[in-house]
Amino acid sequence: MNRLTQLFDKKKDNLLNVYFTAGYPQLDSTVTIIRNLAEAGADLIEVGMPYSDPMADGETIQQSSMKALANGMTLETLFQQLTEARNHTQVPLVLMGYFNQVMQYGPERFVKAAREAGVDGLILPDLPVFEYEQEFREITDRYDMQVTFLITPQTSEERIRQIGKLSTGFIYVVSSSSITGKSGEITEGQKAYFARIAAMDLTQPKLIGFGISDAKSFRTACAYANGAIIGSAFIRALKDVDDVAAATRSFVHGILSPASVGA
Amino acid sequence: MTKNLQIDVDERGYYGRFGGAYIPEMLHPNIEQLKNTYREMTADPDFKKEFDALLKDYVGRPSPLYFAKRLSEHYGTNIYLKREDLNHTGAHKINNTIGQILVAQRLGKKRIIAETGAGQHGVATATVCALVGLQCIVYMGEVDIARQAPNVARMRMLGAEVRPALSGSKTLKDATNEAIRDWINNPEDTHYIIGSVVGPHPYPDMVARFQSVISEEMKWQLQEKLGRDYPDAIVACVGGGSNAAGAFYHYLNDERVRLVAVEAAGLGVDSGESAATSVLGTEGIIHGSRTLLMQTEDGQVIEPYSISAGLDYPGIGPLHAFLIDSKRAEAISVTDEDALAAALFTARTEGIIPALETAHAFSALDQMEYGPDDVIVVCLSGRGDKDLAAFTTYLNGLAG
Ligand SMILES: Cc1ncc(COP(=O)(O)O)c(C=O)c1O
Repeated sequence: MNRLTQLFDKKKDNLLNVYFTAGYPQLDSTVTIIRNLAEAGADLIEVGMPYSDPMADGETIQQSSMKALANGMTLETLFQQLTEARNHTQVPLVLMGYFNQVMQYGPERFVKAAREAGVDGLILPDLPVFEYEQEFREITDRYDMQVTFLITPQTSEERIRQIGKLSTGFIYVVSSSSITGKSGEITEGQKAYFARIAAMDLTQPKLIGFGISDAKSFRTACAYANGAIIGSAFIRALKDVDDVAAATRSFVHGILSPASVGA
Repeated sequence: MTKNLQIDVDERGYYGRFGGAYIPEMLHPNIEQLKNTYREMTADPDFKKEFDALLKDYVGRPSPLYFAKRLSEHYGTNIYLKREDLNHTGAHKINNTIGQILVAQRLGKKRIIAETGAGQHGVATATVCALVGLQCIVYMGEVDIARQAPNVARMRMLGAEVRPALSGSKTLKDATNEAIRDWINNPEDTHYIIGSVVGPHPYPDMVARFQSVISEEMKWQLQEKLGRDYPDAIVACVGGGSNAAGAFYHYLNDERVRLVAVEAAGLGVDSGESAATSVLGTEGIIHGSRTLLMQTEDGQVIEPYSISAGLDYPGIGPLHAFLIDSKRAEAISVTDEDALAAALFTARTEGIIPALETAHAFSALDQMEYGPDDVIVVCLSGRGDKDLAAFTTYLNGLAG
């Protein structure tokens, strides 16, 4: 059974999904980061496949991707690392990347290898709905690989319903019209948008991402969805650290511990 | 009889396997709106009237089709130059920006963004923004800002803000990435004026249509001059491919006409420092379009190289990928050295200093075969004032 389905069956609130770029800060950080994220309390993990031209990503993820590629990260290496990580944890893993990476590896070969390496879901922000339905869905369904689509404040209700029907995984609620990496307070306008989505009664779990950076914004997001996704803030916390394991744990504790929630 | 090829984009933006709109959801509303409105909007009589009037009185069209006597003698054939260099701002790029600024106005957009390589598209965008009074931000790779300084100065003079792109090879690809990110961040008030037949559908088709005025004029100009409305070959340089798309457009389905797309080989196709996408590229996705792309086995984009900022791009527009893949067009690649030599030769043979991009098209004449009665049109996409620094270095090198 898919680990994401199991997770969503048993836990409906305050799901913490942490994103990191595979191969950053060091090529071999992947297993350490996954193990420590899971042990510290992340419910699921989004593993970024570093890409040369990540068009939906801000500077933080761009730079971590460049570093990871310079460190020598490849999909082959990543699948080996994920296989190794699966010896230590059953935390659900979602791969995030750009469709060209999947296309070059070969869609079926990619899904099969990822599934064998213990990946439960995919997020490919530039995979169009039509091409997904025509060429890709048959493969992901066959391998029980869940696929997540994004919605944004500009996505029409009709399209949200369509995306709801197509997403086999959770729905990624992009918090604002922006690339990744923005941080700051969640505005009243964003809360209204989250509330609008919450009221739509979509069947899939919803996770809010983009701009979620600390305990406070995590809590706020969780009030409107099943959980939230933190990415760039974690990448920033890994910059120049000597002890990746300790930095990972302390980052997750900072998000989850009530003491740090503040006012 | 000519075969009827019916080369056109389908409703999802594909030319055969190439094209489409591989974009993140954040761009979906803007792209969808453009896609649903651009054909009707641009076919509207009021739009056409405004567009045609600006092309005539502001840009200075029709651009002449000039018989290049001395070049023709040199090559032993009949060479005509389609003089896009004589357009206002000095290149073909303005045909597209005039069209797109009218689109932006009809969409009610208040802020314009663009990417630029050689700076010609940036200048053409800054120009039309000044013309209608809209804010203009141009993304340009840091390397290109240095090598195309005159155009940076022109954009500033015209009131545009030039923002350096600092990622990757700091050239056209990276400027395009930054423009796309800007659009994601500013989806409501901003229109993105893409400068070539690249990007997600409907851009490749929309830009090709605005540039198609080049071959539309060519038809009646040839008819007037020669009594037949088609040439034997059309030669154009290809960065993303907009001047080529415009020059080929009305002949796409006319197999009597050879279509020659000229790419930048940089230091040589196999040197590792090249932008010859049709040779080095494989099918992939760049800037929202499925096309030919220089990339690694893992799908990472390979940084291109060319002395010409406008051809220094790791992909080509999906139309050209289709034309080359289906053998409707032939691709020729030209090195930096050969392009520089061709620029000098054209300057001294015809008294025309071409842009470095265009110089690649001239150099391709050395690699082509033709008969004495053939009629060959070279799309003279732009003038070379912006490249005087590179030409001066070259001349100093020749002087030894
Ligand atoms: C004079 C000139 N020709 C050609 C090009 C290449 O663009 P395209 O292939 O879209 O015509 C440029 C781009 O900057 C240019 O300035």
